[in-house]
Amino acid sequence: MNNQQPLLSVRNLKTYFSLDEGQVKAVDGVSFDVNPGQVVGIVGESGCGKSVTIKSILRIIQKPGKIVDGQILFRHNGDSMLDLTQLNAQSEQMRQIRGAEIALIPQEPMAAFSPVHTIGNQIEEAILLHQPVSKQQARKIAIERLREVGVPSPERRIDSYSWELSGGLRQRAMIAMALSCNPKLLIADEPTTAIDVTTQAQVLNLLRDLQAQHDAAIIFITHDLGVIAQIADFVVVMYLGRVMETGPVDDIFHNPQHPYTKALLKSIPTVTSESGSRLPTIEGAIPHPFNRPAGCPFYPRCIEMMPGTCNTSTPSLQPVTDTQSASCFLYHKQTDDE
Amino acid sequence: MTSNTEQTTNSTNGHPLLDVKGLKKYFPIKKGFFKKTVGHVRAVDDVNFFIREGETLGLVGESGCGKTTTSRCILRAVDPTGGRVLYRAKSGATVDIAQLPASEMRRLRPEMQMIFQDPFASLNPRMNLFDIVSEPMFVNGIKSRSERADRVAELLQLVGLRPEYMQRFPHAFSGGQRQRIVIARALALKPRLVVADEPVSALDVSVQAQVLNLLLDLQEQLKLTYLFVAHDLSVVKHISTRVAVMYVGKIAEIAPTDALFNTPKHPYTAALMAAVPVADPRVRSKMIPLQGDVPSPANPPSGCYFHPRCPFAEAVCKQETPQLQEIEPNHFVACHRAKELELDGISAN
Ligand SMILES: Nc1ncnc2c1ncn2[C@@H]1O[C@H](COP(=O)(O)OP(=O)(O)OP(=O)(O)O)[C@@H](O)[C@H]1O
Ligand SMILES: Nc1ncnc2c1ncn2[C@@H]1O[C@H](COP(=O)(O)OP(=O)(O)O)[C@@H](O)[C@H]1O
Ligand code: SF4
Ligand code: SF4
Ligand SMILES: [Mg+2]
Ligand SMILES: [Mg+2]
Repeated sequence: MNNQQPLLSVRNLKTYFSLDEGQVKAVDGVSFDVNPGQVVGIVGESGCGKSVTIKSILRIIQKPGKIVDGQILFRHNGDSMLDLTQLNAQSEQMRQIRGAEIALIPQEPMAAFSPVHTIGNQIEEAILLHQPVSKQQARKIAIERLREVGVPSPERRIDSYSWELSGGLRQRAMIAMALSCNPKLLIADEPTTAIDVTTQAQVLNLLRDLQAQHDAAIIFITHDLGVIAQIADFVVVMYLGRVMETGPVDDIFHNPQHPYTKALLKSIPTVTSESGSRLPTIEGAIPHPFNRPAGCPFYPRCIEMMPGTCNTSTPSLQPVTDTQSASCFLYHKQTDDE
Repeated sequence: MTSNTEQTTNSTNGHPLLDVKGLKKYFPIKKGFFKKTVGHVRAVDDVNFFIREGETLGLVGESGCGKTTTSRCILRAVDPTGGRVLYRAKSGATVDIAQLPASEMRRLRPEMQMIFQDPFASLNPRMNLFDIVSEPMFVNGIKSRSERADRVAELLQLVGLRPEYMQRFPHAFSGGQRQRIVIARALALKPRLVVADEPVSALDVSVQAQVLNLLLDLQEQLKLTYLFVAHDLSVVKHISTRVAVMYVGKIAEIAPTDALFNTPKHPYTAALMAAVPVADPRVRSKMIPLQGDVPSPANPPSGCYFHPRCPFAEAVCKQETPQLQEIEPNHFVACHRAKELELDGISAN
């Protein structure tokens, strides 16, 4: 496998929503790469654009949202790089890529399965859509996938409805469906947010094992830094529609560069912190998307903010160490302003 | 020293403010045309704990284990099926909230307040900040508008909001600010006991710390007693003097915070701790998942409810329900093997 060339390369992606109240720049110049077999964790707080980024990659952004700029280069069929932004979202080619080459484990677990069909029917349908197999073979594959993700007695469970399953089993069934066509890229949008810690640990272990077996790349989205630390190889830190910092997971946690990453890591309570002590906080709140500040999106809350610089122009994402990149004027002068 | 634990135990070694004994709440399961009762969900099933004045008892457990139902019983938002909720009122008298007539309960209400998980759902979007925060005062007989305005300004400052915001509506505020508004309203009548059900779970990571610090500061200033309900062990560890762990409607273990996290005595507590994703990529291999799912409280297993998932289960565990026992000073455990087991806590990382 060629690890030099990325499987997916998102370049300066901008996805905006035009509303009556104004324009929401949900994703505003996002860039990152995913290498084959790599687990990329995208971490950020609610509303920072994680889901819109991956919906853009899958080309499932609904009106009034629109990709207005940038490229999404995907290594299609293992060779040439195809720019997904240039495809018609409804085209046959995009449909094949969605599901067969890039599969999604969505954020809302209940929404993933229809309540009126059995999970087996839905997994089989996904297989039949993308693979030249008979109905019988599809059922066999579906049972195999369910077994692989640890659903007990899959021959019987395949005929259950999603609402008959416990949270943990539903999560597993969802992963089985996403894996049904052997995708090269699996996108998991907060797959463990709605479940308990003991189930979450099971699901994270499962994803790690599956990743190793299938050699699929994973984009794992979460706001939980603990989960990121446990699953990701490479981390993308987002804030207000932009990438603040990227780097290998160990560097992000042990040698963070961007003031937002540093502050975020200090502010989270951990099981080893002293009880009753006060945590360092990040002052203020995330601005409303209509009131986005000019300049660096983090400047109103940044303790290192440099007046006249940070509040007037927007830093671009640049390499700041051998392995990390950051969007911050403490390290460079490059801006993203036209 | 200055650990939260020691301070509060020393300063309030008197009677508990709240003493919950044998608390039960069963919900009927109804089926068919005649809505016949075919069974019961044992949401809270013989729960025992106490809270000392000025301390924070953290209540943790997985979704559906009965945390919210327990809190609702304590504030008499629902009527318990059985058991006692003994509360030492400001007047000095100890009353059983589980049995109190509605009129007396109404008189007690101002002393106990609840903060809910969702700061978006718990605020009326058509009321401005002044109305929201002053409503409980109005209901409880403070009719003078200027008196209420002064108090609202004071409360907003207390929770870190500007008094100028008084005329604004909830939609103009972020999640963290809304939770501050909810807290201001809960404090309007100078409560003694505050029950907070997942108060930071819906908040962004970067504002959780602000609200946790605020709750700690307010406790110090106002001598509040907290029951703090959460599923997140890190948050509970951070804020609690003592912690109670719940599993399928029962208390598995209660201990001072450090004792519980360093030397857990119940296999379920240890399993919960092992499942917490540590925010450090260098301690990856430690995450050992518990097998199986949480049983339904409508159909719990025999004996110890944890036995189908417990790596230490023996024959007795399938037959006999373990009772909550004090196996070390202040350390209560409901496990047949609590004394002999050596379990790993958090510091083992
Ligand atoms: N259909 C839509 N119409 C208008 N604005 C939208 C729409 N979908 C998303 N947005 C806005 O785009 C921004 C990014 O949203 P997104 O769903 O990507 O956030 P997220 O990072 O996934 O957050 P969360 O952690 O809450 O899932 C937000 O400001 C959101 O309000
Ligand atoms: N009003 C109700 N009617 C029937 N069952 C209920 C009701 N409220 C809670 N339950 C059940 O009681 C159990 C405990 O619920 P809850 O106290 O909300 O748990 P937690 O807050 O720990 O997640 C769950 O199985 C839940 O489904
Ligand atoms: S660019 Fe300025 S405001 Fe933005 S993170 Fe860097 S120092 Fe802070
Ligand atoms: S009583 Fe038995 S089954 Fe229950 S936790 Fe203790 S050892 Fe495990
Ligand atoms: Mg999202
Ligand atoms: Mg609850």
